Amino acid sequence: MILNNLTHYEQAILVLSALVLFTSFALLSQPRLLNLINTFAWQGTLLALTAALVAFTSHQPHLYISALLTLILKAWLIPWMLRHQVLKLKLHHETETLTNGTLILLGGIALVIFCYHVTLPLERLSTLATRNIIAISLANVLLSLLLIISHRQAVSQVVGFMAMENGLFFAALVSTHGMPMIVELGIAFDILVASVLFGVFFLHIRENIDTLNVDHMNRLSENEPTVRN
Amino acid sequence: MDHNLNSWLLAAIQTLLFVAIAPLLTGWIKANKCWLQNRSAPPLRQPYRDLHKLFHKEAVIAGQASWIFRVTPYIILGTTVLAAGILPLIATDLPTASIADVIVLVGFLALTRFFTALAALDIGTAFGGMGASREMTLASLTEPAMLMAVFTLAMTASTTNLSTAIDFILSQGFVLRPSFIFAILGLMMIAIAETGRIPIDNPSTHLELTMVHEAMILEYSGRHLALIEWAGQIKLMIYGVLIANLFIPWGIATTSHPTALFWGTISILIKLFILGTFLALSETLLAKLRLFKAPDYLSFALLLSLLGMLSHVILEVGPLTK
Amino acid sequence: MPLTALDLTLLIPLLSALIFALIGHWRHTGWLNCLFTALTWLASLQLALQILNQGPQLAHDRLFYIDAFNVYLIVLTTFIGMTTAIFSRPYMAHELTTGRVNPKRMRIYHTMYQAFLFSMLLALTTNNLGLLWVAMEAATLATVLLVSLYRTPESIEAAWKYFILCGVGIAQALFGTVLLYFAAEQVIPQHENALLWSVLHAHAHQLEDTVMSIAFVFILVGYGTKVGLVPLHNWLPDAHSEGPTPMSAVLSGLLLNVGLYALVRIKVLVDGALDHNLAGYLMMGFGLLSFSVASFFLHRQKDIKRLFSYSSIEHMGLMTLAFGLGHPLATFGALLHMTVHSLTKSAIFITVGHAAQIAGTQSIDKIRGLIHTQPPVGWGLLIGTVAIAGFPPFGIFMSEFLLITALMKTGPWLTLPLLLGLGIAFAGLFKHVQPMVYGEAPPGQHPVPANMLPVLVQLGLVLWLGLSIPLFLNNWFDEATLLITGTSVWSVL
Repeated sequence: MILNNLTHYEQAILVLSALVLFTSFALLSQPRLLNLINTFAWQGTLLALTAALVAFTSHQPHLYISALLTLILKAWLIPWMLRHQVLKLKLHHETETLTNGTLILLGGIALVIFCYHVTLPLERLSTLATRNIIAISLANVLLSLLLIISHRQAVSQVVGFMAMENGLFFAALVSTHGMPMIVELGIAFDILVASVLFGVFFLHIRENIDTLNVDHMNRLSENEPTVRN
Repeated sequence: MDHNLNSWLLAAIQTLLFVAIAPLLTGWIKANKCWLQNRSAPPLRQPYRDLHKLFHKEAVIAGQASWIFRVTPYIILGTTVLAAGILPLIATDLPTASIADVIVLVGFLALTRFFTALAALDIGTAFGGMGASREMTLASLTEPAMLMAVFTLAMTASTTNLSTAIDFILSQGFVLRPSFIFAILGLMMIAIAETGRIPIDNPSTHLELTMVHEAMILEYSGRHLALIEWAGQIKLMIYGVLIANLFIPWGIATTSHPTALFWGTISILIKLFILGTFLALSETLLAKLRLFKAPDYLSFALLLSLLGMLSHVILEVGPLTK
Repeated sequence: MPLTALDLTLLIPLLSALIFALIGHWRHTGWLNCLFTALTWLASLQLALQILNQGPQLAHDRLFYIDAFNVYLIVLTTFIGMTTAIFSRPYMAHELTTGRVNPKRMRIYHTMYQAFLFSMLLALTTNNLGLLWVAMEAATLATVLLVSLYRTPESIEAAWKYFILCGVGIAQALFGTVLLYFAAEQVIPQHENALLWSVLHAHAHQLEDTVMSIAFVFILVGYGTKVGLVPLHNWLPDAHSEGPTPMSAVLSGLLLNVGLYALVRIKVLVDGALDHNLAGYLMMGFGLLSFSVASFFLHRQKDIKRLFSYSSIEHMGLMTLAFGLGHPLATFGALLHMTVHSLTKSAIFITVGHAAQIAGTQSIDKIRGLIHTQPPVGWGLLIGTVAIAGFPPFGIFMSEFLLITALMKTGPWLTLPLLLGLGIAFAGLFKHVQPMVYGEAPPGQHPVPANMLPVLVQLGLVLWLGLSIPLFLNNWFDEATLLITGTSVWSVL
C-alpha cells in the first residue's frame, strides 16, 4: 500500500489506529487504577472517532451508529461506572506493583509482530483501505489478554476484558466495515450486561474476600480439598 | 551534484551559524522557563556571557590528570562541531550532504560520550566514576532507541542519508504517517535524556545523588569547562534540528538560491524556538525522576521507537499485494 | 401473526425470566418454574414434530434455522431444563430453609435459570453465527451470578474465574467469527447474509482456505473454552463445585453441549472450504488431550462435584475426538453421546445434590453409606456412575462402542490410549463412588426431601437408547451425520 495514494482521511484512520495500539500499550504499563480507566476511555474515544472516519470515507452510514454506540458505551458509560466503583471501594490510592514491566512491554511488541504474521493472508486478500489495520486490531485483543494476565487487580482485569472487546470491535470495523447491525447490537447488549455484572462482582469480592487483588483468590486449586458444610 | 567553492563556503557558514546559535537556544529555553515559573528571566545573551567569563578564567587541572583529561574538552567540542556540520540546517543541497548519515551522527555522539566518561574516570574521584557509570547505563538504552526512531524515518525514505531523507519527505507533500508520530515522540524523549534535561537529569543542579552529566564534568574549570558547556549546547541544538528538519522539513532550502536560504534560516529559527518553548514547558510541568526510574522512562522511549517502526511496517507498507 | 412453535420455544423462557425478575420470590415460584420449563418443552416437542414432518426449516427472514442436527439438541435442552427445574424445586427450598440462600437470591436464581435456558435455545436455533456468539456470551453472563449464588469466598472465586476465563476465551471466538465474516464477504454479494450459516454452507467451498483456517483456530480456542477442553478447562470444575447443584446439572448437561454444537457447526464450514483436515486434526488433538488429562485427574478429586465435572471434561474430550475423526460412525456415535451424556450427567448431578444435602458436605471422604440412609439416592448414584462409565446396556456404552469401531477403521493406534483412558476413568470413578454408596453411614444421617423421578426417567431413557434407538432419532442422527461428514452412516456399515 502506498501511503500517498490514500486520502488524508484514510491516512488519519491509520494514525488513529496507531494511537489505539499505543493506548493498548499504555494500559499494559499503567499501575494506577484511575489512570487505567482514563486511558481506557481514551481508547474508546479514539475507536469511536476511527469508526466515524471509516463511515465517512467508505460511505457506510450504519457505522455512524456503531461509532455512537462505542462512544456512549466505551468512552463514557463503562469508564464512568468503573470510576464510580473504584471511588466507592476506595481503591484509587492503591497502585499495583507490576513486575517485569519492561519485559511485558517487549512481550507486547513480540505479540504485535506475531499478529502481523498471522493476519498477513487476510491483508493480502482484502481490498479495503483499512486492511493494514487488521493486524493492529488483533494485537489489541492479544495485548488486552496480556493485560489480564499481568495485572492482579480485579478492576484492571475488567478493563482488560473491556479493552479486548474494543479490539474485537476494531477488528470487525477494519476488516469488514462492521458486523451486521443485529450482531453489533447484541454484542453491545452483552457488554452492557457484563459491565453491570462486574460491578456487582466487585462488591461481592470486597465483602467476602476483603481485597480486590486476585492473588488472594486461591482457595480453589487441585491440591486443596474444598470442604464445606 | 557538482559542488564548487561557493557551496563549500555555504556549508562552512552553516556550521558556523549552528555553533553560534546554540548558546542562544539554551538562553531561550532558560528564559522561557523563567517566564513560565514567574521568575525574572536572565537576558538571552546570558549563555554567551557565561562562556566568555569561563574562557577568561584559569583552568585548574588535578595533579593526577593524564593527557586524556586535557585533550577531552577539545575532542568533545571537535566531534560535536563536526556532527553539527554534517546536519542539514538551512539547506540540503550542500557538499556535506554526502556524509550526512544518521549512523555517522550517532557515531560522533557516541565518541563524545566515550571521551567524557573516560575523562571522568581519569581523575579517579568518586563522582567522576559514578557519573560515568550512570551515563553509560543510560546510554545503553538511549542509543538503540534513538537508532530505532531514526531508522523508522530511514525506512520510509529508503536511505540513512539525512539530506536525501529530507528531500524525499518534501517531495511527498503532506502525508499523515502514524510511524512519524511515534518516532518524533520517541526522539523527543531521547533528546531530553541525552542532553541531560528534566526528568532524567537536571542541568542546573549539583545535587550529588541525582547528577549524571554534571558529575562527570565536575573537575573541569575555566576554558575546558567552557568548551564542554558549549559542546553541550550544540548537542541540544543538534537534537532540536534533527527533530525539526526530519519530521517537519518544510521551509528548508533545497537550492542554493539566496531567497531560499533566507527562508531556510528563518524557518529553522522559528522551529527551534517553538521546540525550545515546548522543552521549557515540559521541564516546568515535570518533576525529575528518581534515577532508578530512568530505565522505565527510557524503555518507554524505546517502546515508542519500536512502535514507530512496527506501525511503519504494518500500517504503511503492509503485505505486498498479489 | 400466529406464534409458531419456534417462537414459543424461545419466548416462554424469555418471558419467564422477565416474570421472575419482576415478581421476585414467592412461595410457589419453584412450581411456576417447573410449569414454564414444561411449557417450553411442549413447544419444543411441537417444533420437533414439525421438523420431523417437513424437514429442515428457516424462519424469520432466515434468522433461525432448524435441522436434524439442532432439533434433537433443542428438545434435549428443554427436557433437561424441565427435569432439573423439577429437581431444583425441593432442592432450592431445602437450601432456603438451611439459610444458604435468601429470597432475594432465589429471585436471581429463577430469573437467571430461565435466562440461561433462553440463551442456550437462542444459540441452538439461530442461523446467524454472530448471534450464536452473542447467545453464547449471554449464557456465560446468565450463569456467573448462579455460580456465585452462595456468596462464599470460594463460590465468588469460582464465578470470577469462570467470568474472566470464559469471557476472554469467547472473545477469541468473536475474532474468529469476524474472520469468517471477512471470508464470506469476499464471495457472498449481500453482506447482511454473509453470517447466515445456511448461506455460508451453500458457499462453503468458495471460502478462502487460509482465512478459514485462522478463523477456525480462534473459534476452537473460543468455543473450546466453553466446552471445557484442556488446557482451557480451569473454570469448569470450580464453577461446577461451587454453584448450586441444579446449576451444575445444566452446565454439564447442556452448556457444554451447546459449545460443542457451535464448534461442529463451524467445523462443517471449514471442512467445506479446506481440502485438508486441519479442523479435524485440531479437534482430535484437543479431544484426546482433554480425555486423557481428565481421566487422570478423576483419581485425585476430593469433592464429589469436582469429580463428576472432570468426568464431564473427559466425555466432552471424547466427543470432540469423535467429531474430529470425521468418520460417519464416530460422528453418529458422538451425536448419540451428546444425548446420553447429557441425560446421564444431569441425572448424576441431581443425585449428587441430594447426596451432598444428606451428608451436609461435598467432601467425598465424608459422604458415606448413601444406600443405607436413603436407598433411592444411593441407587441413583450407583446406576448413574455405571452408566457414565460406559457399561452395557446403557447408551454411553453404545456410543463409545461406535467410536471405538470407527477408530479401529481409521486410526487403530488410537484405540489403545482410548481404551486405557476409559479404564483409568472407570477406576477413578468407582474408587470414589463405591464407599460413598456402600460405606458405613455416619450416625445421625437423615434422608432429605428428594424427587427422584427425573433421575429415574433420564436413566431409563439412557437405558432405552442403549438397547434401541427409535427410528426418528436414528434418522435425525443420520441426517446430521450426512451434514457433518458428507457421508451417511449406512454407507459405511
